[in-house]
Amino acid sequence: MSLLENTQTTLSDQELLKKFKPADQVEAPKDLSELEREEIERLKKTGVDIEAKNRLGTYLQTNCGVVSCNCNVKGVELLPIKEAMKRYDGLKDYMWTLIDPNKDVFTKETKEHLDNGYFIRAKAGEKIIYPLQTCLYIRNDDVAQRVHNIVIAEEGSELHIITGCTTHPHLTSGLHIGISEFFVKKGAKLMFTMIHNWADEVYVRPRSAIAVEEGGTFLSNYVSLKGVKSVQTFPTCFLKGRGAIARFNSVIVAPDGSHLDTGSRIVLEAPETRGEIISRTISYGGTVVARGHLIGKAPEIKAHLECQGLMLADKGVIHAIPELEAHVPDVDMSHEAAVGKIAKEEIEYLMARGLSEEDATSTIVRGFLNVKIEGLPKELDQEIQKAVEECHKGM
Amino acid sequence: MLQIEDLWVDIHGKEVLRGIDLEIGTGETHCLFGRNGSGKTTLLMTIMGFEGYQVKHGKITFKGVDITNMPLNERAKLGLGLSFQRPPTLRGVKLRDMLKLCGNGSDYGVQLAVEYGFEAFLDREVNLGFSGGEIKKSELLQLLSQNPDLTLLDEPESGVDVENLNVIGDMIRRLLEKDKHRNRKKSGLIITHTGFILNYVTADKGHVMLDGKLVCHGNPIDIFEGIQKHGYEECAKCLF
Repeated sequence: MSLLENTQTTLSDQELLKKFKPADQVEAPKDLSELEREEIERLKKTGVDIEAKNRLGTYLQTNCGVVSCNCNVKGVELLPIKEAMKRYDGLKDYMWTLIDPNKDVFTKETKEHLDNGYFIRAKAGEKIIYPLQTCLYIRNDDVAQRVHNIVIAEEGSELHIITGCTTHPHLTSGLHIGISEFFVKKGAKLMFTMIHNWADEVYVRPRSAIAVEEGGTFLSNYVSLKGVKSVQTFPTCFLKGRGAIARFNSVIVAPDGSHLDTGSRIVLEAPETRGEIISRTISYGGTVVARGHLIGKAPEIKAHLECQGLMLADKGVIHAIPELEAHVPDVDMSHEAAVGKIAKEEIEYLMARGLSEEDATSTIVRGFLNVKIEGLPKELDQEIQKAVEECHKGM
Repeated sequence: MLQIEDLWVDIHGKEVLRGIDLEIGTGETHCLFGRNGSGKTTLLMTIMGFEGYQVKHGKITFKGVDITNMPLNERAKLGLGLSFQRPPTLRGVKLRDMLKLCGNGSDYGVQLAVEYGFEAFLDREVNLGFSGGEIKKSELLQLLSQNPDLTLLDEPESGVDVENLNVIGDMIRRLLEKDKHRNRKKSGLIITHTGFILNYVTADKGHVMLDGKLVCHGNPIDIFEGIQKHGYEECAKCLF
């Protein structure tokens, strides 16, 4: 077993691709009725509630098949990406404009063998209150899912998307490649919340980029609390217009055996843009690389980076890599990084109020992971709290 | 309420307390005077049971129970409470939740925060960016919520502006049931440098600590006036 594990962790990107079956060679369900109860519950715990009424619309892709794609509001267009490409001349103003298809083997693979993905467009001026949910679901073992998503928030629009990425409750192994390109037009606001709920032998390779125009806002929340073999994600946001804003929040828990190389980059290209990257990471024996990279290229920009890590087991690694890069003098950029175990004095402070050591520790861990996520559905918020509790109990 | 017999305490192998004897009766408030570094805070931390305060000799009895080796949180449950001089910040934990935790789920602390005009702080993270006076208020609200029988207060007036001393004083009087003249159940042990707190809270006895020993006992006002007039040196003479 240990030999096998060793070979798996040292797989090259090329070997990784070969290891899994392409999703288009595996059967996918035709519609929602084919999903079992436990699958629906699993999706719910990943933020995707296909029975919920307070969602604007749902896109559910299982392996390569689109199981659900409906949206109840006229102001928002939701299509499988393949259909959108047909309808809009290959989406050539958007597709692969922010990410180079030759970037690595995963981008190349997706360019050549696209399974599907979602296309979402909020029309100009439309302000959408309820979130739209999308789900990329791997249902069979050893499948490689190759997805490309495009999201456009047209001028003055407002949109909230919750994306849940997960696997079948009894599945252990798979590969998910997700290319995502986001376009936030003038004065628009896009909030994108991504929940990862994978299995112990799943490899995850998202490749994301975002362009924000004048006065636009992009808010990203990323939550990964469960076991996963390996995640490698480093979205880059380009603030292209004056006064554009980007904020990335990440809450990452690395159980034993997991390796998460995560982070965000904000390129502040226009004057008066603002950027913020906040990550909270916990290792219960797994490895987390928490990257953050702020690049200031225009005057009067302001950006802040914060990486906080808690080591809650004797083994495991948290590697915080905060980077600040200024190209002009008139920038205000800062970072704050701290990694360590829970301070004894914090535990004793709570114990002096009558809490047991265990309760004191979980209160501190809960607080640590309590990065406020605006507009998160209540059930999901509770689920996150519960997962944090369970994570801690598992120690 | 509290008996301390011949207590010797080391911190990191360094002898800090050297034979403390102290008895605090039910309903009594005692004051502890002494220079910086004389061992006052060590005595409070040892009574509460913090790690790193190593009892080499002696015994602490609280409500008839030997607590010398009892864990910190069990002492709290038994009725001991302590206000921290420099409490840590609890990221992501709101004061509202902290007050409920202290009160075992009760809303009493939250109600008091509203009563004392501190409600704006309920949804702030505990101690994050609090001023000196705000920290004291937060500590005292937590204690009021916890409702201990013996409260240990470490310089409750430090960092508090004159305007707020009144509020702090009122909270302490409430904590120590100063409104009751008979059947008062709550006791207190207060460290004070400046003695200002004596203007707000009446104390029954005073003690002076010098170099890890209690060297003088008596009426707290008399002791404090003595220190103001003659300095701690005069107290040292009692040693001989």
